[in-house]
Amino acid sequence: MSMPAITPHIRIQTADFDVGEEIAGLSRGRKDIGAVVTFTGLCRDEAGKLSALELEHYPGMAEAAIQRIAGEACARWPLQGVTVIHRYGRIEPGGNIVLVATASTHRQAAFEAAAFIMDFLKSRAPFWKKEHRADGSQGDWVEARETDEAALSAWSK
Amino acid sequence: MKLIYFAWVRERIGKAEEVVDLPAGLETVSDLLGWLRERGEEYENALQHPEVIRVAINQEHVAHGEKIAGASEIALFPPMTGG
Repeated sequence: MSMPAITPHIRIQTADFDVGEEIAGLSRGRKDIGAVVTFTGLCRDEAGKLSALELEHYPGMAEAAIQRIAGEACARWPLQGVTVIHRYGRIEPGGNIVLVATASTHRQAAFEAAAFIMDFLKSRAPFWKKEHRADGSQGDWVEARETDEAALSAWSK
Repeated sequence: MKLIYFAWVRERIGKAEEVVDLPAGLETVSDLLGWLRERGEEYENALQHPEVIRVAINQEHVAHGEKIAGASEIALFPPMTGG
């Protein structure tokens, strides 16, 4: 029996999100879901050096890129639901940046799909982070890491 | 042709977007980057290492060898740091 097609829920927003509410949104009214995995990315203060991150994005392309990544995850694993929320604007340490939630019958698909989506969000979703320093000095743009690209090629094996 | 810039590419060029008339003979993304670099110090400063610049044509990520014919919007930006 083939899986019914699901539509990933993608939101790009400045507002915060509630992880519990998003989990409930995936599983509410259903009895077929056996596993929900969530990943939440938060802003950290880099040992007190940062007062905030400013996230810039490419409107339109950001939604399309995340939709494509989530769609690839749906084609690869038997998922029953996917929610991705990515915030932009100024986010202070301790604040939420990104949520990936995946639902499936069994845990393995949900775990793997969430990891896959996060790996691709890192270097294929058009977002950029600028540091705001706690001492008021001019912050840098966060640089992409080689390991992020390497993570992508691991998925094509 | 509408060009859009993000993050430090935008900061160094000093504008978020502009509309430019491209000269004949520019075929690829690489040609466009080369032409832009000669438009002034701020462009040279932003694009001096063209290999690190990421490009999207009509909101789709493309390689530097991609043809630009038919593009209505080309965006230039640093490597993405989402998530």
